[in-house]
Amino acid sequence: MRLRRIIPGHLLTIVSALFMAVALVFTFLIAPREAVMGDVQRIFYFHVAAAWTGYLALVVAFLASVLCLTRGPGRWDGLALSSVEIGLVFVTEGIVSGSIWAKAAWGVWWTWDPRLTTSAVLWLIYASYLTLRKAVQEESRRARIAAVYAVMGFAAVPINFMAIRWWRTVHPVVLESSGLHLGPTMLATLVLSVVAFTLLYFTLLRLRLRLQDAGDRIESLMRCPGGVS
Amino acid sequence: MQSLRGLWAIVRKDLALERRSQEAVSSMFIFGLLVILVFSFSLDLRAESAVQAAPGVLWVAFTFAGMLGLSRSFIRERDQGCLDGLLLCPVDRSVIYFGKLVSNLVFMFVCEAIILPLFVALFNLPFRPALLAVVVLGTLGFAAVGTLFSALTVHTRAREVMLPVLLFPVVMPVIIAAVRLTAGLLDGSPWAEIMQWMRLLVGFDVIFLALCYMCFEYVVEE
Amino acid sequence: MIEVCDLEKSFGVRQALRGVSFSVGEGELLALVGPNGAGKTTLQRILAALSKPGGGSVRVAGFDPVVDAQEVRRRVGFLSHRPLLYEDLSGEENLLFYGRMYGVANLSQRTTSLLARAGLANRRDDLVRTYSRGMKQRLAIARALLHDPAVLLLDEPYAGLDRRAAERLDAALSDPVVTLGGRPRTVLMTTYNLEHGLSHSGRVAFLVAGTIAHETGDEDRHPDRTRELYEAALAGQGER
Repeated sequence: MRLRRIIPGHLLTIVSALFMAVALVFTFLIAPREAVMGDVQRIFYFHVAAAWTGYLALVVAFLASVLCLTRGPGRWDGLALSSVEIGLVFVTEGIVSGSIWAKAAWGVWWTWDPRLTTSAVLWLIYASYLTLRKAVQEESRRARIAAVYAVMGFAAVPINFMAIRWWRTVHPVVLESSGLHLGPTMLATLVLSVVAFTLLYFTLLRLRLRLQDAGDRIESLMRCPGGVS
Repeated sequence: MQSLRGLWAIVRKDLALERRSQEAVSSMFIFGLLVILVFSFSLDLRAESAVQAAPGVLWVAFTFAGMLGLSRSFIRERDQGCLDGLLLCPVDRSVIYFGKLVSNLVFMFVCEAIILPLFVALFNLPFRPALLAVVVLGTLGFAAVGTLFSALTVHTRAREVMLPVLLFPVVMPVIIAAVRLTAGLLDGSPWAEIMQWMRLLVGFDVIFLALCYMCFEYVVEE
Repeated sequence: MIEVCDLEKSFGVRQALRGVSFSVGEGELLALVGPNGAGKTTLQRILAALSKPGGGSVRVAGFDPVVDAQEVRRRVGFLSHRPLLYEDLSGEENLLFYGRMYGVANLSQRTTSLLARAGLANRRDDLVRTYSRGMKQRLAIARALLHDPAVLLLDEPYAGLDRRAAERLDAALSDPVVTLGGRPRTVLMTTYNLEHGLSHSGRVAFLVAGTIAHETGDEDRHPDRTRELYEAALAGQGER
């Protein structure tokens, strides 16, 4: 997946910025004020978008890891690492915004809502992945070991979600996560936010990959100065 | 079949090693008991609340104790350079995985066989034979992933810490299901109510056994 | 029996082997001499199917270690600089375990005779933990020969051995048959010490900085000549 070659130059960054600007406008100005919660509800648009992107990052990391195992590390390892790093940021955003939302809607900072809890598990998996990479001493093994963990993590997330959801029906939390009734404008805002965040993810991914490439090149130059790459 | 013989040879070898040194089983067992004791004191479990908290306490004890045994599984091989010895043998890499898995299961079952009756007696709980099935299936899921991750962490710094960090987010469904099943069996819930957990547990075991079996060779190859 | 052509292997950015080519015929002994970090262990591990090559081709006993790893492992006996023995098992138990893994026939008989030839018969029931370095090495050799392999890979076999033990090893390796079976074995020995390489009747080649710097032919068989060439090869690497 040669992102750098597919999307030329700064086009991606510009489009991403554009969408984000539009999404911000919609979120704060155009979307109607929600009847029950008031302006705090607006966090919903970014919360959903961030959470979605956090999971998208997992899918990308998983695919990159599978390719890393079957085709050899190379670019795929860098892609998996970048995706996890960025994914961690988005999941953190999702959890924090979800927590603020919970406080505003139900007066508690945390509910054992299956989506929120699964996001917490996802956060842990991302963090463990990064810790694992740091802990592997042999460079040659690092990519493969991390890739295996990413694959296992990816498989674990949906099963975790199911388990937590069923568990929650045993411990019914009084505060139900009520679905919002979304009018057309609100729906449009939501879609815009999701698209904006997804584009942001890819922009960051591309930048991170460039950073990775630069780092690799510096390292190889340091090892064989004036030598062949 | 050569594969089965290889698998059995690994299990025999691990059992022989364990019989000599007794490092794994005894420390696992003591640690498990300690966990139960600590929880009993810190949660101040009286009769009524005991039944509520008991299943959780049991499975925390099993998993923490199991963690001890799992981390040693491959570390011992690596420290004596024997991991290479195993890899040199003309057997499929999966034979090594399953051999190690079976040894780990044996050690965990031995501990659990002692801890469980003590636990039932300590908390004055009714014993249900179906509980054994839950323990077996839960341990299987836990050990399947744990064996793979044990091989994974062999090449890392701070191995003993790495294993729980990696393992828990992934095996959480097993723990949740096992605790719910244990709780359901202990307070006599009808089977229909808790059957979904059994399905989850079995599903997890099947999926992750297959996944770990496939991933193992990538972990040990160079 | 062993054919290596343009073998390459990198660990991340570090290139351990840069185009190694040599061959060892059936029943031959080749001593590969090189300083630490030259890539000797890396090479042995690839031949033993413990590691995958990055480039080039390898054939051991007629098989490709990447494609037919099991076939290669069946036919290769590997002596690592680590004993690969379980300290908490007895000498006999170690051999029995590996014998089962290799599917050796008449295992108990074979174990007994190997232990006898290694001079460990009276210590067979003692834990390996109680063995001396030399004894562990002897047991490790027995382990390597357990499945009667056609190819023997010895990586630094003299490491940690005192003079008597080293002499015993010399004697064992000089006998090309090397214990049971009666058939000639192909031996590839790697060592950092040129003298060990010279103490055998086989060929000597130098592995320096990941490539073969020189292989002795018939014209430079004389030990002194070989020593000169080796110094030159090492100096050549120093200049780089």
